[in-house]
Amino acid sequence: MELKSNIPDGPLEKKWEKYRNDMKLVNPANKRKYKIIVVGSGLAGASAAASMAELGYEVECFCYQDSPRRAHSIAAQGGINAAKNYHNDGDSVFRLFYDTVKGGDFRAREANVHRLAEVSVNIIDQCVAQGVPFAREYGGLLDNRSFGGAQVSRTFYARGQTGQQLLLGAYQALERQIGLGKVKMHTRHEMQELILVDGVAKGIVTRDMLTGEIESHLAHAVCLATGGYAPVFFLSTNAMGCNTTAIWRAYKKGAAFANPCYTQIHPTCIPVTGDHQSKLTLMSESLRNDGRVWVPKKPGDKRAPKDIPEDERDYYLERKYPSYGNLAPRDIASRAAKEACDNGLGVGETGRGVYLDFADSIKRLGQPAIEEKYGNLFEMYERITDENPYKVPMRIYPAAHYTMGGLWVDYNLMSTIPGLFVMGEANFSDHGANRLGASALMQGLADGYFVAPYTVGNYLAGVKSGPVVAADHAAVKAAETAVKERIDKLMAIKGKKTPTHFHRELGKIMWEHCGMARTEAGLKKALELIPKLREEFWSDLLVSGTGDELNQSLERAGRVADFFELGELMCLDALERRESCGGHFREESQTPDGEAQRDDANFCHVAAWEYKGEGQVPERHVEPLAFESVHLATRSYK
Amino acid sequence: MSAEKTLNLTLKVWRQKNAASEGGFETYAAPGVSTDMSFLEMLDVVNEGLITQGAEPIAFDHDCREGICGTCSMVINGRPHGPKERTTACQLHVRSFKDGDTISIEPWRAKAFPVRKDLVVDRSAFDRIIAAGGFISAPTGSAQDANALPIPKENADLAMDAAACIGCGACVAVCPNASAMLFVSAKISQLALLPQGQPERYIRVRDMVAQMDAEEFGSCTNHGECETACPKGISLENIARMNRDYLKASLIYRPKVATGGAG
Repeated sequence: MELKSNIPDGPLEKKWEKYRNDMKLVNPANKRKYKIIVVGSGLAGASAAASMAELGYEVECFCYQDSPRRAHSIAAQGGINAAKNYHNDGDSVFRLFYDTVKGGDFRAREANVHRLAEVSVNIIDQCVAQGVPFAREYGGLLDNRSFGGAQVSRTFYARGQTGQQLLLGAYQALERQIGLGKVKMHTRHEMQELILVDGVAKGIVTRDMLTGEIESHLAHAVCLATGGYAPVFFLSTNAMGCNTTAIWRAYKKGAAFANPCYTQIHPTCIPVTGDHQSKLTLMSESLRNDGRVWVPKKPGDKRAPKDIPEDERDYYLERKYPSYGNLAPRDIASRAAKEACDNGLGVGETGRGVYLDFADSIKRLGQPAIEEKYGNLFEMYERITDENPYKVPMRIYPAAHYTMGGLWVDYNLMSTIPGLFVMGEANFSDHGANRLGASALMQGLADGYFVAPYTVGNYLAGVKSGPVVAADHAAVKAAETAVKERIDKLMAIKGKKTPTHFHRELGKIMWEHCGMARTEAGLKKALELIPKLREEFWSDLLVSGTGDELNQSLERAGRVADFFELGELMCLDALERRESCGGHFREESQTPDGEAQRDDANFCHVAAWEYKGEGQVPERHVEPLAFESVHLATRSYK
Repeated sequence: MSAEKTLNLTLKVWRQKNAASEGGFETYAAPGVSTDMSFLEMLDVVNEGLITQGAEPIAFDHDCREGICGTCSMVINGRPHGPKERTTACQLHVRSFKDGDTISIEPWRAKAFPVRKDLVVDRSAFDRIIAAGGFISAPTGSAQDANALPIPKENADLAMDAAACIGCGACVAVCPNASAMLFVSAKISQLALLPQGQPERYIRVRDMVAQMDAEEFGSCTNHGECETACPKGISLENIARMNRDYLKASLIYRPKVATGGAG
């Protein structure tokens, strides 16, 4: 397998412009002779499906939810970055590019990140034109706020519901194309297999989640925008349905999987209360604009927070990182919280929590100002915990949130399988080893609105239009059969334990050994435990009902089966990357004061894994990363 | 945090094998559930028990479990999303109930939202209403600079209030007429309040209302239940705004006959 990044020549800031000028075009009258499949209807999927249909291609879009508007992008709270410099605070495309590369701990591709920063400004324009109600100032112009890892205010927001509003904008553009007959939407359909004809992606096999019907859909290009895989940890901030199945099927058909161990543990989530818990809820990073993070200085201090005097509190982020303070990047803030709790300073019943305190901001700005900015988040916190955060500091703890790893893609967002494009969180490309806050929405929409419509078109210009392949082609039939056999196999085990039981057990292993801090011994242990548990899964699983009806237990079982295999690859990748970088913290590789220690001499590269067959060890390939416009520096936020 | 307690609850749940079959209530015991659990986590526990007993778990729609995706949709003790104001079922906690309570759980009931299985209904009618006109036609790449068009903060805030709708359908489920006016008017209001939405303002209201009628939602007779059941506090004022625009639209344009079933 060869990893050809296909980065265009020329100076960094001219690459994308020049490349677009050199692209092959499809004649407007011929575009309708090409069919494109888009799997997923979140920010990346909905924006790509709508934009490509606007261009004239025939698009079919698939989602597992009952409506494309419910994709998990909807839950993003805080905001979206763009280098508009509307606030005259020195922002620029270069600064957004630099902050993103540095935030990712110098493990992302320069050219991709620069393109992302360039199109960030177009995204805001596009969304405003669609009627996205961003927050505004009294003069009628757009408001901004700050997010972690940046010293400028470049984050646009719509109260605490930015993801919702951006997704509804894209969803409405998509529905417009559905109404015009240019997009055929398939809701409650889950992709189960990728169809390859002579090594080229030509379609997908889906399961209709209402009837259980297995269907093939053929197209000239397939785009996966199926999101991340944080639920491999069982408890995460993701929606219950988020899963890895689509990208995992593609991986097993030959698409390389890049940096699977790069996972983001978000520092500000509501702590776990008990074993019944099904998910964790994020409290937006934007809260760290006005909230101060602290723990008591004395271990085991059980006093109520208001009874702990100022000089007996440790505002540890402000102490350790004076220049960024409470807005230190996510990976750093998460590890600092873990360290405080490991040292016995944690608060709350479980001792796994730290305070996020708004008392000073309320004193300085007044409660109405805080309500205006964060009202819905405070309400949500109170609903879940039964505590009033205007009176008592919030308690927060890190939780699995986002995955920087994903299918490997070149500059065109094409995977190692020709004709298979991967967008948004599902690919690996832009965030390196750690994603900055408010950059996920930016990347999803950049890929969908402004990158894929060009690069997919460029690919299609070299593909013959018209019928794709016969519906009874051997490759199509084989893919369908594989899906049916897999479902039959899950149904036939008839053991004693539920899919959720196995998911929870897998999550415990992953969180313990492949979570915020990783060691060689721990990862090796996980690599023994996971296969054992997986064996038990395949011999003692109990799925209720049948395969030919709405069956949520079967849906879960199929997803958990894939999480087992992915979890193992994550541990393997984490073991092989013998350095710390961003969200990947190897305890063996840290500076004397406990910060991540990169090893640029040996690991300044992307690791992309190639599937080698059942029971075989996957092969690790390397794409070296060259930094020409920024200097590899120690990432410091002190 | 209030100290964790456990409750013994009895659930009366609507079970229906599929769209074609008749449904009915079944009773289940939910002993020893923690007050820290969310309502859906309590159902998870009941379902785990059902699966291990070899029975079929209760099918229900849910996804984000943080009150924003709008997927969860169940009528709890006769109220969409349950007893707590401005709270979706997924954000409802067991602590809202008392030890020994019997709780009834049913799907949304409306002709336009047919039941697919147990508590799962088909809300695709909402998508078709949006497809009929719930958008601003702004093809990708055609936008001017975002700050070229200042929008008064009050208008932007009102638009955001309307845009907060999560499309769950509680407004329809609670309405004695199963009217979708609150949902439709929220989108119409959001876009009518913004300068970008003006060119299509009256065509939009005409087309969305036509589609709403074609989907067989009932008409609005000013009960106002929708506003009280809405988990996002969408205001009845939106319906008034829509009615004004609809009247104006009917003076400008011929009514459109919707064909339905676009997607």
